[in-house]
Amino acid sequence: MTASPHSAPAAVALSTEGLVGTVASVPTSVLRATRFRPRHPPRFILAAGFLAMLALVALGPGLFTRYDPLTGDFSETLKGPSWVHPFGTDRLGRDVLARTLYGTRYSLLIGLAGMAVSAAAGVLLGVLAGLRNRLLDEAVSRLFDVLSSFPGVLLAMLVVTFLGQGMANIAIAVGIAGIPKFGRVVRAQTQLVRDADYVTHAAIYGLGRSRIFLRHVLPNVLVAVPVIATIYIGNTILVVSGLSFLGLGPQPPTPEWGVMLAESRDVLRVAWWPGVFPGLAITLTVIAFSIVGGVLQKRFEGRIA
Amino acid sequence: MTDRHEPLVDIRGLSVAFPAQGDEPVVQGADLTIHPGECVALVGESGSGKSVTARSLLGLTGDGARIEAAQFRIRGRDARTFREADWRRLRGNLTGLVMQDALVSLDPLRTIGQEVGEVLTEHRLVSGGAALTERVHATLAKVGMPRPAERARQFAHQLSGGLRQRALIAAAIAAEPDLIIADEPTTALDPGIQDQVLAVLADRVREGAGLLLISHDLALVARIAHRVIVMRAGRIVDAGSTQEVLEQPRHPYTRQLLAAIPSAASRGSRLASARISAGQGSSTIEREPSPPRAAVEPRPVLEVSDIAKHYAHRAAAGQTGTFTALEGVSFTVRAGEVLGIIGASGSGKSTCAKIVLGLLEPDAGEVRLLGELWTRIPEPRRRPLRRRLQYIPQDPLSSFDPRYRVADIIAENLPDTGARGRRARVLALLNQVGLSGGVIDRHPRALSGGQRQRVAIARALAAEPALIVCDEPVSALDIGIQAQILDLLADLQGRLSTAMLFISHDWGVVQHLADRVLVFQDGRIVDQGSVADVFGSAIVNTVPGRLSAA
Amino acid sequence: MPARHLTLRILSRLGTSLVVAWASVTAAFVALHALPGRIEDILAGDVDFPGLREAIAAEWGLDRSLPAQYADFLLRLAHGDFGTSYVLRRPVIEVVGSQLRPTVELAFAAGLLAVLLAGGLALATAGRGRLAHGLASSLELVAASTPVFWLGILLLMAFSFSLRWFPVAGAKSWNALVLPAIALALPTAGLLAQVLREAMEKTLDQPFVTTVRARGVGETAIRIRHVLRHALLPAVTLGGWLIGGLLGGAVITEKVFGRPGLGTVTLGAVLTHDVPVVLAVVLLAALIHVAASTLLDILYLLIDPRLRTT
Repeated sequence: MTASPHSAPAAVALSTEGLVGTVASVPTSVLRATRFRPRHPPRFILAAGFLAMLALVALGPGLFTRYDPLTGDFSETLKGPSWVHPFGTDRLGRDVLARTLYGTRYSLLIGLAGMAVSAAAGVLLGVLAGLRNRLLDEAVSRLFDVLSSFPGVLLAMLVVTFLGQGMANIAIAVGIAGIPKFGRVVRAQTQLVRDADYVTHAAIYGLGRSRIFLRHVLPNVLVAVPVIATIYIGNTILVVSGLSFLGLGPQPPTPEWGVMLAESRDVLRVAWWPGVFPGLAITLTVIAFSIVGGVLQKRFEGRIA
Repeated sequence: MTDRHEPLVDIRGLSVAFPAQGDEPVVQGADLTIHPGECVALVGESGSGKSVTARSLLGLTGDGARIEAAQFRIRGRDARTFREADWRRLRGNLTGLVMQDALVSLDPLRTIGQEVGEVLTEHRLVSGGAALTERVHATLAKVGMPRPAERARQFAHQLSGGLRQRALIAAAIAAEPDLIIADEPTTALDPGIQDQVLAVLADRVREGAGLLLISHDLALVARIAHRVIVMRAGRIVDAGSTQEVLEQPRHPYTRQLLAAIPSAASRGSRLASARISAGQGSSTIEREPSPPRAAVEPRPVLEVSDIAKHYAHRAAAGQTGTFTALEGVSFTVRAGEVLGIIGASGSGKSTCAKIVLGLLEPDAGEVRLLGELWTRIPEPRRRPLRRRLQYIPQDPLSSFDPRYRVADIIAENLPDTGARGRRARVLALLNQVGLSGGVIDRHPRALSGGQRQRVAIARALAAEPALIVCDEPVSALDIGIQAQILDLLADLQGRLSTAMLFISHDWGVVQHLADRVLVFQDGRIVDQGSVADVFGSAIVNTVPGRLSAA
Repeated sequence: MPARHLTLRILSRLGTSLVVAWASVTAAFVALHALPGRIEDILAGDVDFPGLREAIAAEWGLDRSLPAQYADFLLRLAHGDFGTSYVLRRPVIEVVGSQLRPTVELAFAAGLLAVLLAGGLALATAGRGRLAHGLASSLELVAASTPVFWLGILLLMAFSFSLRWFPVAGAKSWNALVLPAIALALPTAGLLAQVLREAMEKTLDQPFVTTVRARGVGETAIRIRHVLRHALLPAVTLGGWLIGGLLGGAVITEKVFGRPGLGTVTLGAVLTHDVPVVLAVVLLAALIHVAASTLLDILYLLIDPRLRTT
């Protein structure tokens, strides 16, 4: 519903909710538990290492390249990968490596901002819907339905139509498009915790409603949020780069990965490198987030039975 | 066809290991023979290797299993040389498997008829749709399924537990296999239904099939098995005719297992330390007495008067009927008394527990706790009294907040005191329930089932309650652990004189522990009185019953 | 199982979906018309003289109150009139209608390909050992993490520019559909395969599979006859996302491959604030959502008898 065709993979396992208020047999949340694996699998270490490196690059891209991402050298246009320009240069003679490195900033920043919008609204609405109030649940669920009745890309486009193009707007647009997905998982999680034996038992032992909510329900919902967020951020980055590719986000010459790929389309016939490296960066980033999110999710499932 | 005297299964020195999960074999040096017309029971606690042994007869031990045997003959053929195709010809056709819970052991998306018929079409045993249908209906009739043609069109979830289990047996025997493997076939069922299902299996044995019956319940297998094999930790520790094993148990483990079974005879004594001493011809159980108990006071702790609960349900298309979960139930629990509630699933005992716990309002009648009105009052008014009524659930783990450590769980139930006193109090409580202080900072999921139940008991005690509701507190535990927990409950009850409402489906457990018993059936109390009154004549001749208590 | 009960249930779900569709179109209408003064700007273009905006507003009915405009919008919709494009000055139904076909072709081809790929991969690898599991999950992860447009660019470079097997742009012949369909299908297939395979592996762990094996049924037959049907439940849940995702992805794919279609129309309309066209696309998407969710609901009932009784 809010997905572009390329949602972050693990996201789906989390969100079998959707249509299935009715399907009793389909598990609806993160917290189906079996195993408890205390050790980090190697793929997790690799992916987490990659993300840590990305964070470093985003903080100080200048430390990793001596080229400027915006100014090109017209004597050096469309040069293939070499020791001087490991990723080659684009048609304005700009270093593709430098642009890709600087692009990390935009992609991570917009992705995180979009994620934050989805998470803030999704947690608030999801928790409200997950409580034992049918009217509230019905209202919030229908709101989610409305938001998810458009394909995610279209909804984001609609928001951009309203707000106009640009970096902040695109983060808001993608954030809004992600609300129902996030909110549904939080709702399912809240219901699961709400109906858990330990919450019923807290009532038997004489705890008041608000104390049960604050001490047992809310914390057990909130611990799931970082896991859900990690899994969804890959998806957010994909949608963001897609919208940038369409020209709805940051505008050229901004070195954003989607923008760079859009620019590369004109020179594909003569040069492959401007069209390869930014895409590789997107894909690797999304894969890394998926792996880390997936491992966190497994660990989390083991923690909470 | 196999020779009349040749065994169906003849295995010597069977070892099964899963190298991926560690080098320790799951089954080691097991011998097993099954003759036609013979029922062999394989008994042991969970993890004893009994199911793996049984699965090896079908070549279904799973991927990565390493099977070794000095001899492994099935119907005279060496099964060590079997390929997958050989096994497949054997499965269903010559050997049928009946598993525990038909709700999950039958494909829930296919009809009973499709499930029963699958083995027939797979092995091409019938040709033509009409012949298949006829054979399916005949098989269903054979296992005592009423209106087989109608049932064949239904799905597993539409049948009652007993009928469902019959359907599962029908699916296993449709091809008339001469060997049936039944893995805990009656465990999920109520006692009455258990007997019926066992009878269906016993019929097959009488017709000449071999039956391998796997169970954790010695008393149950004693009813139909010719021979009993006792397994523990992957090894066979005792084997022989049923009478030999049960009446003259050789191995200490078997003795301990038998001695730990709770019953009327074990009342007032400890279970875990009970031992069987073998004499000439007959054995006796030696038990230590439990510590003396304070007398029951006449002062009532809980008064339940004439409560009822009805539910609306969809009977037929569009119409709704009422389902009576509870009707006209009255009883009193006095201070220091243990009142047992016994009944099959659906008898209303859980509904009754929920009303007593103040989780559900009755449609009629009222409950008083310590003389004060407990039902149909707003929750805030109930709250001050809640601490006096505590609860021990069947599955303690799910009743613990997953973020909490043992200390947090118990401390949450302590009266408000200073933080320093809390930890000392928690340690004292852990000590009281027989746990070392070392578990205090651990997560319950890192504890064993028995330890978790002890934590749940400590939590209940922390509130210093007047009444504890125990809802099947030992039914998920193996017999040895069950004995320890029952001993603990009896000890604590004796020492603290806390009243207990003890709910169980297991007659033995209730006989062992309760002063008085209520028998629930279809939402009503059908019998009540002291344990001797209620069970007196009706005592089922359980295995320990045959043994005379010391 | 009474058929009447089922019909009622499906109808009530359909009703809910229609209400949701109406709400989403209304929300879009309100949002787009709340853009202050913007619509007149767009219509005016570069021309500017005093009184022009007022004249335009009067001509297009923009000077009336929002409820009046909304009532008018609904009334026109009821007559099948979707209005006139502000930018193209042609009836919206003509603009959208003429571009519908290539997009539907693309989405359908990609959807079919994705289902086939995912189903094949899941059947071949679910519960067939660690190696198959590792290989399949890596493939799925890479496919699902690759952006459609980058995949399109890679395919263009390899098969259109280097090998010259397929045309670079357009939607004239069948072979112009091949690369876009693959680019759109692969990420979807990765996602679908992941869900399908995980569900199959979970099902294979269930006790009833042991019962079926004990009947002598072979591994492939178990998967096709028993396990696949169970795995379809979560896959069907994903179906709603996938249909939406294919449509959304088609917008991007069309841009990469220079294909005509709804995506190009939508993108143009969004960039130029062509409100009537955007609204028509929203309405179309909402209707597709209604149809898809109702269909999926029926599919659930067909797959799982347990849902039919309660």
